Amino acid sequence: MWKKEEPARPSSVTPSSITTSSVTTSTEAPAPAPLMSPGSFDQRREEPRPMHEEAASIGKSIIINGELSGSEDLTIEGRVDGKIELRNHVLTIGVNGRITAQVTAKAIVVFGHVTGNLTATEKVDIRESGSVEGDIVAPRVAIADGSHFRGSIDMQRKEAPILRDSMVMAPEPESRSSMAGELVRV
Amino acid sequence: MNAGATAAAETVRSSKTLAQFLSLLFSRRSAELVDLGPVIGSNIAFFGERIGCKIHVEDLYADLDRHVREDALDELPKFLGRRFALPDASVDAVLCWDVFDYLAPAAAGVLAGELTRMLGPDGALLGFFSGDGADDRVYTKYVIEDESHLRGRLYAGACCRGRVLQNREITDLFAGLELFGSVLLKSGVREVVFRKPKEK
Repeated sequence: MWKKEEPARPSSVTPSSITTSSVTTSTEAPAPAPLMSPGSFDQRREEPRPMHEEAASIGKSIIINGELSGSEDLTIEGRVDGKIELRNHVLTIGVNGRITAQVTAKAIVVFGHVTGNLTATEKVDIRESGSVEGDIVAPRVAIADGSHFRGSIDMQRKEAPILRDSMVMAPEPESRSSMAGELVRV
Repeated sequence: MNAGATAAAETVRSSKTLAQFLSLLFSRRSAELVDLGPVIGSNIAFFGERIGCKIHVEDLYADLDRHVREDALDELPKFLGRRFALPDASVDAVLCWDVFDYLAPAAAGVLAGELTRMLGPDGALLGFFSGDGADDRVYTKYVIEDESHLRGRLYAGACCRGRVLQNREITDLFAGLELFGSVLLKSGVREVVFRKPKEK
């Protein structure tokens, strides 16, 4: 009488809205469901999506060499070497994800390992298990305790910084001394 | 380190030199800052979002640990000499925290030379120098609470502090810089701010 609806499952097959230049599938392990859903990042979608639309993901047995671009949110649990562009969407690099690439997206969430520069128009979020070696350009950057990061962070602030004009002088220290006759400024 | 020890290992203290360091940084637009400590999200937000700095995270404590694990501490001075890809006079400020406490004289000399090279005219450098060489193999994460308070958070490391640097040794180490401020805390820690003189 009632048709039982199948719950939406993430797909490890490259969806039509994601394009890649070279894909290799390893046979050593089946592609599992991603550990994190791309929707876990705080975001507002521009368009409503059908209820049954599957979240795009690249399973951990997938290896991509070359350019990867797309027009939907994507989770990567596999390996990507090259370049990733999801200009208006969220890229999640899962705990198994290994990325050696220049990455551009609206928002980037890192649970896995990234070597390469990250550029996001909204936010880069490196979680506790995440590791990034590269430069980050994004207006907001969150880095969890326990994560690894080496590189530079440029938050591209255009407006006047908050503190410059409102700095409060520090209270007197416990003790103060000059060094080798040099002047100490207070 | 258990939870109780961790809680006990966290302390908040005021820092006059942090305010001095920041006052030098405030006067610069789009300043570039080098942080020699482990990455701390709230510090990144403080410098990036509130002050508008570009931050270079160069965790020397991790490098130090790696050299200890590989039994290659003798190689550390050479490594530090080529560690930083930043050009001469390209940064506005350096946060050394207490990394010099853990370095042998040769490595400390090379690092100080590199930091002096990278600092631009009027650039600022903040460093902490301990008053005793503790045997504990712990490092401190310095979390900025506000412009004048730091939270010290201990974590396990591979090295203990080396010998205590005397005032003259500290100023000699940074011979190319001018002393801007120095504060001796009750704990014996000396906080120092150096500034690179303007080119004549």
